[in-house]
Amino acid sequence: MKILVPVKRVVDYNVKVRVKPDQTGVELANIKMSMNPFDEIAVEEAIRLKEKGIATEIVAVSIGVQQSQETIRTALAMGADRGILVTTDVAVEPLAVAKLLAKIAEEEQPQLIILGKQAIDDDSNQTGQMLAALLGWAQGTFASKVEPSGDTVNVTREVDGGLETLTLKLPAIVTTDLRLNEPRYASLPNIMKAKSKPIAAKTPADYGVDVTPRLTTVKVAEPAKRQAGIKVKTVDELIDNLKSVGVLS
Amino acid sequence: MTMFDEWRARSPYYDESHEAVAQSVRRFVEREVAPHIDAWEDARELPRALHRKAAEAGILGLGYPEEYGGHSAGFDIFHSLVQSEELARPGAGGLTASLMTHGIGLPPILRMGSDEMKRRVAPEVLAGDKIIALAITEPSGGSDVAQLKTRAEKVGNKYVVNGSKMFITSGMRADYYTVAVRTGGLGMAGISLMLIEKGMPGFTQTPLEKMGWHCSDTAALYFDNVEVPPENLIGPENAGFMGIMQNFNGERLGMAHGCCAFARVCLEEAVAWATTRETFGKRLAQHQSIRIKLADMARQIEATQAWVDLCAWQNREGKARPADFAMLKVQATRMLEAVAREAAQVLGGASYLKGSKVERIYREVRVNAIGGGSEEIMLDLAGRQLGYN
Repeated sequence: MKILVPVKRVVDYNVKVRVKPDQTGVELANIKMSMNPFDEIAVEEAIRLKEKGIATEIVAVSIGVQQSQETIRTALAMGADRGILVTTDVAVEPLAVAKLLAKIAEEEQPQLIILGKQAIDDDSNQTGQMLAALLGWAQGTFASKVEPSGDTVNVTREVDGGLETLTLKLPAIVTTDLRLNEPRYASLPNIMKAKSKPIAAKTPADYGVDVTPRLTTVKVAEPAKRQAGIKVKTVDELIDNLKSVGVLS
Repeated sequence: MTMFDEWRARSPYYDESHEAVAQSVRRFVEREVAPHIDAWEDARELPRALHRKAAEAGILGLGYPEEYGGHSAGFDIFHSLVQSEELARPGAGGLTASLMTHGIGLPPILRMGSDEMKRRVAPEVLAGDKIIALAITEPSGGSDVAQLKTRAEKVGNKYVVNGSKMFITSGMRADYYTVAVRTGGLGMAGISLMLIEKGMPGFTQTPLEKMGWHCSDTAALYFDNVEVPPENLIGPENAGFMGIMQNFNGERLGMAHGCCAFARVCLEEAVAWATTRETFGKRLAQHQSIRIKLADMARQIEATQAWVDLCAWQNREGKARPADFAMLKVQATRMLEAVAREAAQVLGGASYLKGSKVERIYREVRVNAIGGGSEEIMLDLAGRQLGYN
């Protein structure tokens, strides 16, 4: 089974992001960038399926600026086999990414595409679902367990009130939730070996996809500062306060 | 990017492969070390399982030959520096001292030992299954290596070793010991290196309590008529002195870089405190006296780091001059002493409480300034090598 894993280069989760003074976005110059943590979980899941003998090849795809190559290298160091880098300086939106991934899927014919459920930069949570719609494949989103067998895959999802298990017909789309696995750190020798694994260089034009943004960002602002809390002396006072702000009636 | 590592992105010596190594080692430290380091400090030693995990992550083998389970293809000295920097991040010097003791114990064997010895010892050590220590210093003296007293007499087809060693890092847990012994006459020409193994009859160890490096086990070693087979001799008889000296450039560079990393931890802690703590109606960092302190700490770190990187480059290019490494170590330990002091002043009472990184690093300034060649010995050595007689 071939598995396709899209990986996105995002601001590292440890970085405290700052809004640009002109409010057009967040500061990205000289900021540490890493692989989207949900995508790391996707890569890890694909590698585990390969280690179990279920997957035979793992292809990591990144769409974005040239430096996204480092994100693919991280996936290769963890254990992916090869990469595809689709270079564009345009800030790509979920639909454009899904269209590109659909074209790549037609070319590569993977049985499974494992994506992070969302990227921690824009938190769109759309790409996997849009991709499933474009390809007409089954989808299992927010997976906490992925178990392929034969020509189906069982995906366990965390839903309100418990777990839901879906059986999907392959080929299928899976998006990862936080508790699916704990991604490994690449061993140092594997970091060096990843340097010689192939990465195909592509552009959106190669796939005939127009990535021009359809959305306009009006303004980016810091969230409002939280007001300090107040201390109440009695339970009655607490209830009165909750009533006065409309939490209780 | 944090203050701790953002400088690397602007350095000519580091590229994305160094950054990738940093990310992996950082994750190893976050997952396998940071949650346990306080418990290991209290236990006065590291668990053996950590050595195996570090081996699997590729940390123990970095820079060692592939044929013995190491990995060197594609790596340079800056990858090793990045690794030691990330290992310094929890602010506990005993971690590197004890986890990486093979960095001083193993190279003499790889440089001078027989093929049989290399094949027997190196793979086990690089796999984290066995621990190796280096034993040079004696109760009667450390820096004056040429005068060491532990004696190995040839009796029949064996050596019989008598004497003792002091301040030996990983001395309690080690399985193998690279030991300097006197096989010949007085002075440096009578010294040999010998592999002595845990369990040899007459070889005992006792633990030593220290000011810092608590998670690193330190021991005194005693040799009482210990019989050592001749094949455990490392290199030719009476040729040990050079084997000891060849270790020094790398050890001093590593220690100097470690000092920069610990100083960065101090600065990071001090800045975090100074930019949140309020006194007299404003943040600490808004008081000129504190802001000046912080900039002065950064100044000393950056200047020292620049020299560390230059020395590393000279080492890689075969342009190293031993006097530079000796002086560099002094520069680094004096810098750390100043930075740790100022960080403690900025943190105030918080730095005096057990459990803060600054408290631990402050206690560990001395072992850096004395261990691996004291500041006085380093400068005297440099002066002689530079011809200032």
